[in-house]
Parts: sequence; C-alpha cells; structure tokens
Amino acid sequence: MSQPGVPSSGGASTGLQVQNGAASSLGSPYVNGPVQNALMSSQVSVSQGYNSQLPGPYPHLMPAKTSLNPVSAQNNYGGSQTVCTLSNYQGPGQTLNRPPMVSNPVTTSLHSGPVPRMPPPTSQIPAATSMPSGSFLAGVNLPPPLNWQYSSPSTGSQTNHCPHPSSQPSISGNTNVTTNHQHVFSGDPSLQNSCLKSGGTSNTSNESMVVHNSYDEIEGGGFLATPQLTNKNPKMGRNVGYSYPSLPPGYQNTPLPGTTGMPPSSLNYPSGPLAFNQTPVGANHLTASVHGLSLHPEGLRVINLLQERSMLPTTPLQPPVPNLHEDIQKLNCNPELFRCTLTSIPQTQALLNKAKLPLGLLLHPFKDLVQLPVVTSSTIVRCRSCRTYINPFVSFLDQRRWKCNLCYRVNDVPEEFMYNPLTRVYGEPHRRPEVQNATIEFMAPSEYMLRPPQPPVYLFVFDVSHNAVETGYLNLVCQSLLDNLDLLPGNTRTKIGFITFDSTIHFYSLQEGLSQPQMLIVSDIEDVFIPMPENLLVNLNESKELVQDLLKTLPQMFTKTLETQSALGPALQAAFKLMSPTGGRISVFQTQLPNLGVGALKPREEPNQRSSAKEIHLTPSTDFYKKLALDCSGQQVAVDLFLLSGQYSDLASLGCISRYSAGSVYYYPSYHHQHNPVQVQKLQKELHRYLTRKIGFEAVMRIRCTKGLSIHTFHGNFFVRSTDLLSLPNVNPDAGYAVQMSVEENLTDTQLVSFQSALLYTSSKGERRIRVHTLCLPVVSTLNEVFLGADVQAISGLLANMAVDRCITASLSDARDALVNAVIDSLSAYRSLVLSNQQPGLMVPFSLRLFPLFVLALLKQKSFQTGTNTRLDERIFAMCQVKNQPLVYFMLTTHPSLYRVDNLSDEGALNINDRTIPQPPILQLSVEKLSRDGAFLMDAGSVMMLWVGKNCGQNFLNHVLGVQNYASIPQTMTDLPELDTAESARTIAFISWLREQRPFFPILYVIRDESPIKANFLQNMVEDRTESALSYYEFLLHIQQQVNK
Amino acid sequence: MVLPRGPRAAFPRCPRRCSSPAMAFTFAAFCYMLALLLTAALIFFAIWHIIAFDELKTDYKNPIDQCNTLNPLVLPEYLIHAFFCVMFLCAAEWLTLGLNMPLLAYHIWRYMSRPVMSGPGLYDPTTIMNADILAYCQKEGWCKLAFYLLAFFYYLYGMIYVLVSS
Repeated sequence: MSQPGVPSSGGASTGLQVQNGAASSLGSPYVNGPVQNALMSSQVSVSQGYNSQLPGPYPHLMPAKTSLNPVSAQNNYGGSQTVCTLSNYQGPGQTLNRPPMVSNPVTTSLHSGPVPRMPPPTSQIPAATSMPSGSFLAGVNLPPPLNWQYSSPSTGSQTNHCPHPSSQPSISGNTNVTTNHQHVFSGDPSLQNSCLKSGGTSNTSNESMVVHNSYDEIEGGGFLATPQLTNKNPKMGRNVGYSYPSLPPGYQNTPLPGTTGMPPSSLNYPSGPLAFNQTPVGANHLTASVHGLSLHPEGLRVINLLQERSMLPTTPLQPPVPNLHEDIQKLNCNPELFRCTLTSIPQTQALLNKAKLPLGLLLHPFKDLVQLPVVTSSTIVRCRSCRTYINPFVSFLDQRRWKCNLCYRVNDVPEEFMYNPLTRVYGEPHRRPEVQNATIEFMAPSEYMLRPPQPPVYLFVFDVSHNAVETGYLNLVCQSLLDNLDLLPGNTRTKIGFITFDSTIHFYSLQEGLSQPQMLIVSDIEDVFIPMPENLLVNLNESKELVQDLLKTLPQMFTKTLETQSALGPALQAAFKLMSPTGGRISVFQTQLPNLGVGALKPREEPNQRSSAKEIHLTPSTDFYKKLALDCSGQQVAVDLFLLSGQYSDLASLGCISRYSAGSVYYYPSYHHQHNPVQVQKLQKELHRYLTRKIGFEAVMRIRCTKGLSIHTFHGNFFVRSTDLLSLPNVNPDAGYAVQMSVEENLTDTQLVSFQSALLYTSSKGERRIRVHTLCLPVVSTLNEVFLGADVQAISGLLANMAVDRCITASLSDARDALVNAVIDSLSAYRSLVLSNQQPGLMVPFSLRLFPLFVLALLKQKSFQTGTNTRLDERIFAMCQVKNQPLVYFMLTTHPSLYRVDNLSDEGALNINDRTIPQPPILQLSVEKLSRDGAFLMDAGSVMMLWVGKNCGQNFLNHVLGVQNYASIPQTMTDLPELDTAESARTIAFISWLREQRPFFPILYVIRDESPIKANFLQNMVEDRTESALSYYEFLLHIQQQVNK
Repeated sequence: MVLPRGPRAAFPRCPRRCSSPAMAFTFAAFCYMLALLLTAALIFFAIWHIIAFDELKTDYKNPIDQCNTLNPLVLPEYLIHAFFCVMFLCAAEWLTLGLNMPLLAYHIWRYMSRPVMSGPGLYDPTTIMNADILAYCQKEGWCKLAFYLLAFFYYLYGMIYVLVSS
C-alpha cells in the first residue's frame, strides 16, 4: 500500500491473515493473572458506587470538559488519553487475561447463572424471525417519541437552551400540541428520560431503567452487580440494524400491558416507552415527523423573523440532536468532535438540491479529550471489503457475524473479539468497548506502519535579520522554549534542532561533548547543503545543556546585525533537507517579506484598495511554497508558520507552506516587544500552548461514509492524497476540518447512514494509534424533515469554508454574493416547497432561525468584510482561521457572545468543583443592548473585550477593576486584579470558566470609551449598521424581498 | 462533388481548386493528411487523459505523480492542435479552421486561467482531488475525445475530397 496504514481494499488479505493468526494464538494458554483479577474486582466495587451515584441515563457521553466523577475515571476501561496503554481489559503485550474458551471457572459461573446464555446461532434465528412482524410494525404504528431539540446530553446538566413554552408560538397547521408534553423541556435535562417515562406505568419505567443501568455497567465494568434482566437488554440496545430486531421474544410483550394503563389524556405517550424499548432503530423516524409534532412544538415552529426579533438564545446554542432512536443516539459521536450540517440526511441528491443547504461534516478529530477509551488488541476488527472499523452502529446478525453499516457486507466476528474483556465474558461481541463507543482509540499493530514509528523531531527556524531583531521576538521565543523544554511532548528519542537565517543560513551543531554550541554558516543560498547533518538534530535529553546554552545566547548573538535581507526560501529548503530522513515539525518564525533566493516575494498590496472587494491578491504569487509543502508532506514534515510582521508579508503565498503540509499559521501583526505588549502576551500564551500541546506525527485521516454518499471537497490544512484520504504530516488538537458531501446514489433502501473518520498517527511516545469517530444519522425523504434537522452552526461553518474557496477561485465579491444567495435560496425553497400557505413576512424553520444572522456575521467577519480598512495579511489570516479552526471556536469569532457583567449574581449559577460560576444571559450583538452604566464582556473566541461604560457603577470600578474612577482605568489593561470582593470573585470565576473551555488563552482587553480597540469591539456588533454593511433588520428585509419574489 | 460528364471524364477537373491541375496532391490535401495523423495522436492523448483521471478517482494513483505525468503533456497537445490550425489557415481551409477555432480558443482560455505554477501544465495536485475539478477534467477528456474522433473522420473525408476533386 502506498500509504502508511489505513489500508484499503488491498488490505483485506492482511486482515484475513491477522484473523487467522489470532485464532491460532487462542490455543496458547493465556495467563489469567492474579493481578488482573484483583484489578477487576476492585473495579467492580467501585463501579457499584458509581452506578448508585449517577443513575443518569447518559453517563458515557460525558462532555469532554466536564470534570468527571473521579470514580468513573478510575473504573473506566479506557481512562484518560494521557495514559498510554490503559487497557485494563487487554493486558499489554501478551499477558492477556482472556480466559480460554472453556476453562475459566470464574467466568463460566458468572456466565451460566443469571445470564441467558447468548443463544447459539440456531436458536437466535428463530428469535429473529419470530418477532419482526410484531415489534417492527408496532414500532411503526405507534410512533416513538421524537427527540428533535432534545437538549444535548453532553451539556445537559448545564443548560437547557430551549426557549420556554411560556412564549408559546402559534403553531402552524397540523401541529397538535398537548400541554402535558411540555414538561419534556422544563426542568433539569438530565431528567428528561424520566419525564418521558413518567407517562408510562411503573413497569415500563422499570423497563427503561434497566436499560440505563446496563449501560452504566458497561461503562463502569460492574458486571457482578447486574441483575438478571440487564444482560438481556444490552443486546437489545445493540440492535442497531433496522433489519434485525433481535429482542428476545418474551421481551417485546412486556411493555404492552403497561400501555394500557396510560392516562388517556396523553395520547402519544403509550407509544413512547414501547417504542423506546422495542423499535429497532431504523423504524422510529418513519413516523418521526408525526410524532415529533406533538412532542417538540418548539422545534417545528415556523418563525417570522421580521416579527420575532430576539431569536438568539440566552445560553450558548446547542447543536441539534439527530432524530434517532434513543439507544442509538446515546452511542452517537459527540457533536463537538464530529457533526453534520444536516442531522437528517436527504434521501436523494434531488432532495438535497431542493433544500439548497450544503451537506457536509465538520470534524475536530484530535481534540483533547478528558476521557477516551483505548483498546489494545492484536486484531482490529474491520469490514473486509470497505475496511470500516467496527463501531456501535453495525448490526450483529448473530453471535458470529456482523454486518457493516457502510457497505452492508456481512463479516465474521474473529475469535478474539468474542471475548469481552470488560465483563470477562465470552460470547458478547456486542458489548465490547469498540461496539459501545463512537469515539475510540486503537493501538495499531505493526501492519499499520510503513516504517518504525518516527521519533518526535522539532526544528525551529528563526529569522534573525535586522527587522526581526528590532521586534525583539527572539528573546521571548527562546525564553518560552527554555521554560517549556521539558514539556515538549516526546520521549527519550525526542530530537531538536535550530536554524537561523538572514541573507545566509546558520546551523547550530549541538553534538554531545561540545563545550558550547557551534555555529555553521552557509552562505551559498542558491544550492543549499547541510553541513554535518548528524549533529544538527540532536537528542534533546542527551544535549539538553547545550540546547539551553544556545537558547540563552541566541537572542544576544544578532543584536548588532545590519543584514536586512531575508532568505526564507533557502532556509526552508535547508530545514526540509534536514528533516526529510525522519519527518517531524518545523516551526518557522518570520518577520518580513522574504526577498532573497528562491521563494523571494514582491510586495503587491495596494493600501488604498484595501477596502474594495476587487483586485486583491488572495492567491499565491508563486508556487514555490506550495511545492515545498508537498515535498514536506511526502516526507512527513509539517511546517508551522509564525508571522510577526509590521508590513505586508504576503501571507497568501507564505501560508501555503503550512496549508499543504498540515501545519498551522499564527499571525501577530505589528509585533514589537515594547510597543505592542498585548501581542507579546498573546504570543507568549499561544507559544506555551503550541509547545506543550499533544502532537501526532506521520498521520493520515480517512473518512468513510455509507455507500451512496461520497466526499466532494475537503477543507482544512492537509494534502488530499486520494478521494477520501488526507495526508497529515502532523496533527494537532487545535485543528478542525470540514468535508463537503454529496449524495451519489439514492439512499432509499436505507434508513441510517454512518460516517467514520479514522485518524492514524504516531504519538509523541512513539506508538502508532488509530482514533476512530463514528457518526450515525437518519435518512429522511421529505424536505420538511431535512429543514427540521438542519444544524445552523455547522451550515454556517461549512459555508464559510466554501466561501473562502470561492474567494480564491473567483473573487471576494463573488463569495459574498454566494453567501447571501445561500440564505435566499434555502429560505425560498422552504417557503415555496414546504410552507403550504403563503404568509407575508420572512418565514423560516425554527432550526434555521439564526441562519440569516450568522451569514450576516460572516459577511462582517474579517475574511469577507468590505468597506473597512482590513490589511490583506489580516484578511488572509482570517481565511486561514476559517479553514483551520474547529467549528465551536470559529462560530465564537464570527458571532461573539456578549454578556453584561457589572451585575453578575449567583442566580442560576453553575457549581463546578465548589466554584460558583455565574451565568449571565447572552445578549444580542447590538449597541442598543449596551448601556453607559454597565460593563459588557464580549467573548470572541481568541480574544475577550470588557467594555466599561462611562457611567458604570462605582461598585464595579472599585470592586472588580480596582480603580478609583472611570478616568483612572489604564489605557491598556489586560488583567483583572484579584480583589477580595464578591463581585471580583464572580467576574474572575466567569472569565476563567470561559477560558477553560478552550485550549488557547484568550486575552482580555479592558476597553474605555476612547480606547483604540473600541473599534474592534463595535465592529463585532454584527446586528448594527456600519458604513458599508447592512444592519440585521435591513438584511432581513433584503432577504425577504428576494425570497418573496 | 462535380460528377464527371461526357468526354472530359478522363481528365476530371475541380472548378475551385485547380490552380495547379497537374498536381493532384495539393497543400490542402497535405494539411488534411497531417491533421489526420496528428489527430490520431491527440486521440491517444485524450484517452490517456481519461484513464489518468479515472485512476485518480479510483485511488490508484497519487495526485502528485499523476499531475507530474499529465502536466508535460498539456502543452504538446495544445501546440499540436494549434499547429494544424495554422496549417489550415495557410491552406485557406476556412470551414475546417472555423470548426477548430472554438477548441483553440478554449485551449488558450484554459491555459491563461491556470493556477499559479512555475512549470508548464494545468493541473495542481492540491486542487485536483476536488470533486468538481475532477469531474470537470473527466468531462473535458470525454468531450475532447469525441471531438477528436469526429474531427478524425472529418479530416479523412476532407482529405479524400480534396484529393478526388483536385
């Protein structure tokens, strides 16, 4: 195979061999060590406690940032990703505690007792065939509850963003609301299930409880504690495939009596528990639209945007929950990692075209996770034809066979997979962690390597021309490196090297044994060569003192330089040559336009044309950097660019070096160590994150999707190596990706589609790992359902990515038009094809109520704005960010959150680890929401701005800002003093809580009326009119005019 | 075609192209013959193009390699086509030239609007995998193949016509 790992079709034979190998190795005696036993038993006791503490229905979908119950962290089979081989269930290496098939007394006794032994294939088939007519159809006839608008479980404990039914809308046409359903919305979302259950009689709710308990146990590994019933239920929960309703026959009838005892008033409820327990997954959404109408009226409202102005929820917008059966949805991938623009996939391309909404995925595959199950196993179970990894959404036809959910091929379950290390039970493949987690990491065996895993290699390339020395960045960067040298991700093999350049290239020999670093100057930049290649990249541990020496002396070495030229191109070539044998990461610090040697660039920005949308240079002027990046990519080298430049530096050309080598770009306009302290602080914080964050080397990412769907375009920083494979020399946890999809074949014969992203990388510890995310979504056949399932944030994110491409291939004004047309087209499609009665006004589905607002925000975003004096480099940097940022942060930059913070109270506050975090409501981004006697915090992702009104209360000034009066607020204030007052504690708690939610460190600016940065603050007020851009209301009017044409 | 009539049938003469009636093998005929051969070559180019993009689509080839093999072929193809367009111009074969003009114009436009590249060629490995571009290139390949095939038979006809009528 031409790529490291993720072998595709050709790999089928190897998979076969592996399976054979595993099967034969089963014969060897496995040691069921006492250590493992002790571990297991302690786990059990712990997990019992866990179960009793947290009966919540969604324990395994913990939000990444929520601090976990410490107990659960222990007993989890996976554990945090920072631990390398957390495989409690699979001992590292060969000391597996997998019992021999026959002779483990412990297992067998457990197994034979309460557990209805997994029926052998013969008995299973009657179970399957006897039942479908009953349960499947029943599920269809009695519609299950629909979970549109379910507050996402991952944030359930924090927020319930659905606007409350107090403002109960006028519900269109056929909607049929019974008030008693609304309690689904109210109250604590974690109780939502019990709300649903409460409609049923006690025995149905028991039924459901049992299901949840069993999931808890799977999570916690508490097998011993489970009552008899639970072992049946998970099997039902596994029942992902619509074609195979595999409930034990006795089971499907139990809820039925319960339904008779229903309160007659709640007509829809009888079906609820029934469907929950019985319906095989695929069936539920057939009736979803009917049922959903009554359960979630809010989600089905049609809104006239011209009348209802305040559509912005006061809490952060949650992604919509796919309309899937609850059991499936529980297993689904966290939307922060993997989400789709349409949570209901249209059946045909024609339907998708009608909806005029983009179909695509937004991924954040390498996000730092608090909890990540890691599997060590010699066989990674994958589909033989499409190479999909086994995932929670496959269906088990019987104990020995599973059906791939992407290509529908029936595969054998390998012998090894039959044993579930979690429960230590043989014959439960459907309860393996691989089948219980949509996000999982495998330790890859050697067939996933083309070469031995590379060591972590870091090369730093510094610009030391006169201009660079002037900015004084070298001091800071070297200091930061010194501080973080021990925190660089790596192991004993870590290598490090340094190159500096002006008009010549300087190498530093750091060979062990030298008394001080030795500088080698290569002045031949036409044909760069590497002097003594073996000593330039050195082992960090062995030469640490020399490296520290160098970092201490480097800033002083060039203070008197008069060299103004910068030979970036040759320096990069040298760096590439140095790195190509190993691969790794090159960090380039550049402060000016490169003007010497290959890759020299010419200034081409015309300052007086900055504001117009025409004739700006968004495309690279040379393909040198792109070609070099492709060479780098081929040798598993990524280049990260730090541009600290006052003047135009042609980021459009320079950025290619990072873009195609899967690096990242950082831009600090007008960096200066004295004149611009804020940038200094920003660089310092970002460098710290950059140097210490996780890193994956020599990575590839493949995205697979159910047959019928195909990948159209990728967005992000990488090189596309084939239709579904991205080459990522480095992968970092702050990078997001977007994928446009198209429907190639009709999906009429399927009801669920799945997407799987598999990221194969080498960790900094030298392990080859595969991180797999799987997302499962329903297929719908009507336009209305497509609109109802639209995820407006994801759509805006994908549109922004497409607009950046449009800017480059066509022009900026074209891209702006395309953005506006996207809104107009989809809303007119909704108006003409979905709404039966043509009402005046701008009617939008509830799911798209923020679409015009977000598109307007995009138009006013730095990448796409016109009329303001945006520097070309800043605009291009903003475009790089659009492409490379994960969706959540991108949406914050586009549409910041505005809070009023001068009157924070503990009402409705969150309590996390004994800290009280006030939760002020999010305000609309309009100046009318500001007032002179308040203080407002704008959280724009990478930056926070605290605007203090002129007549702000003395209380706030004294107790939070620590100043006497308004006039004494310093011009540049970027920190809040920690004062011993309740107000200060609240404000600081709130701001640090916001900061903790993201991996980077947003700088806080305190803004007075006359601060220069106030313009930025006001520019983010997207609902207001500016000189060249419409206000939100005007924009709506414009859209209405176009839609109603 | 002027049908031979009466006793003159032994010396057929073309009413239009009889500047040198003794020489049956005119410059126009030579042009057609050359075009015929070159079009055969262009047909192979087009087939090669289609196969290459199909390989890209089915993941058999690395886009960098594929672009490296395709890019050097772009200019020769365009130049060959331009060459016999010029030949037809010299031979004053206006109809044939007119039929070829759209393709010539397309070639010029296509090459003018190519991405920023230092080498010759059209295809950029970083954008080639975009489904739109891939589909466009494939369609372009099929269209060209069809055009060249039709042109091939047209030139054959033209050549015979010129030879016979001269």
